[in-house]
Amino acid sequence: MNLIEQHPVLDFKHGKLVTFTFDGQEMHGYEGEPIAAALHANGVRVYRETPIRHQTRGFFCAIGKCSSCFMVVDGVPNVRTCVTPLKQGMQVATQKGKGVVSMDVS
Amino acid sequence: MLTESRKGAIEPPRDLWETKKNGLVIIECPQRIPCNPCHTSCPTGAVKPFSDINDQPSIDYEKCTGCARCVAVCPGLACVVVDLTWGGDKDALMKLPYEMLPMPEEGATVDCLNRVGEPVSKGKVIKVTEPMHDKTHVVHVEVPKDKVMDIRAIRVVK
Amino acid sequence: MVIGGGPAGLSAAIEAATSGCEVTLVDSDLALGGQLIKQTHKFFGSKDERAGTRGFKIAETLMEELEANKDRVTIHSNCTATGFYAEDGVVSCVHGEDDYFRIKPTRIIMATGAQERLLPFPNNHLPGVYGAGAVQTLMNVYGVVPGKKVLMVGAGNIGLIVSYQLMQAGVQVVGIVEAMDKIGGYWVHAAKVRRMGVPIYLRHTVKEALGDKIVTGAVIQEIDDKFQPTGAEVNIDVDVICMAVGLTPTCELLWQAGCQMAFVPQLCGYVAQRDKHMRTSNDDIWVAGDAAGIEEASSAMVEGRIAGLGVAKSLGKIDSGEYSKRLAEFARRLADLRGGEVGAKICQGIACCTVNEWGV
Repeated sequence: MNLIEQHPVLDFKHGKLVTFTFDGQEMHGYEGEPIAAALHANGVRVYRETPIRHQTRGFFCAIGKCSSCFMVVDGVPNVRTCVTPLKQGMQVATQKGKGVVSMDVS
Repeated sequence: MLTESRKGAIEPPRDLWETKKNGLVIIECPQRIPCNPCHTSCPTGAVKPFSDINDQPSIDYEKCTGCARCVAVCPGLACVVVDLTWGGDKDALMKLPYEMLPMPEEGATVDCLNRVGEPVSKGKVIKVTEPMHDKTHVVHVEVPKDKVMDIRAIRVVK
Repeated sequence: MVIGGGPAGLSAAIEAATSGCEVTLVDSDLALGGQLIKQTHKFFGSKDERAGTRGFKIAETLMEELEANKDRVTIHSNCTATGFYAEDGVVSCVHGEDDYFRIKPTRIIMATGAQERLLPFPNNHLPGVYGAGAVQTLMNVYGVVPGKKVLMVGAGNIGLIVSYQLMQAGVQVVGIVEAMDKIGGYWVHAAKVRRMGVPIYLRHTVKEALGDKIVTGAVIQEIDDKFQPTGAEVNIDVDVICMAVGLTPTCELLWQAGCQMAFVPQLCGYVAQRDKHMRTSNDDIWVAGDAAGIEEASSAMVEGRIAGLGVAKSLGKIDSGEYSKRLAEFARRLADLRGGEVGAKICQGIACCTVNEWGV
């Protein structure tokens, strides 16, 4: 993972290391940290494709306001990955277009 | 060049500077910004009290002991202590703030950079202190005496 | 209810709680502290604003003060206030992505901060074009390397500070481009990066981002005072284009509440009209921090105090004498913070949107 090993001022206290999948591929990340941070640490920068022009989108504002980082998480689309905490076993997928909202209510 | 277009550097009075053991501070703080930790951290009152927090720092050089607390505390890393009494005719000692990695090692040779990052000489690291225990280190580096008004940073050479 | 848990929101919550109010604080991020928790540099100001202390340490101190009032404070993190319904004074909130609930507060302090702007240029959608605050979050909060080589766009305080922080994280800053003919930030912040060899190209802008799926480079170009291109296009090899081109206050909830708003360029966008007590045209709503006008964390903290104090007074928790005394002290601190050359512009802006007295 592309993490900062040493820093002159900060000490990074990561939580528990967990596994999740991105487009089916297993990856590691820290529980409780944003999904977007875990993806970035694993070298993944493309989070979704726009509906009409199929342009790539990824991280931008990091405060849950711009919609650039939307992905499908555990089957739910339009999840703001920059403010959604990572959990063990999460299935994260590149969102193509607007995403499909399941009509099943659980 | 924007770092030269303002009157940045105020030199201490020469006679005092050439005889003051442990050096005197130079504070390059040309703007009126709301900030006064240089004064509040100074143990001798050499950095005079601010009548208005936006004032530029004013120094009573008689009182400055070169302790370099202001060097470590300044949020803008604008202070540097220069000891002209250090080592003979050729060398002076500068105490510069440092918050990067790698940390310079005592005895190592470093590049000394001017205000625009150009290496202007080599320097020997005499010691590294951390006066405020807050991760801002003060590097004591031996430099050529004629370069003290140019050198404002060091770079660790791998 | 305090909406926003950055320096303004935390300060407002602390002031209101210590004065005797029951406070509910909601914040949309995973951890409280807003932008403060990413600031590795030491703050300016005076001892009252904890000058000489690193931003993230100031955040820790604020959290401790808030914790000391925990009997009166309920905190909802990872919780976004999604709407204000003026007809019945209800705020809708969502915890996470789908757990909705409603709050009907007696008073509200809007401390919703700001959001990053983006310049229009071809391929500005490419992953790798990141807001400066976002880059700070990645590297300073989560310890993730944002990239290998960065082009910083903007030489205001944020651009200069984040450039320095990138270097502390071991990332190369290839250069800073600034459209104006001078840097917008403090001279000392610029000096810190110039002396490490980072070039600042004044009268330059980013013309386009290069890359197919992600940023692989950027084209920069010299421009004139009318922002028209004058020089040759220069390709540079970068994988991150960091946008530090300004913030704009986050005001949606204030609009929804029907507060009187004003467009104030010096404060970087639309802001709520307010009086010296930081109260808006809606009797029950106060505003503080960047949401009230783009400024700095130091003033955000004092404005937060003023708003918290005002709310406490309006609920009868403190008497007029006590209120006037503390307000005067806070007002003096704000005036000091705004007394320098950079503060002059802020004062002009504030004058454009401050009404005489809605009172408390």
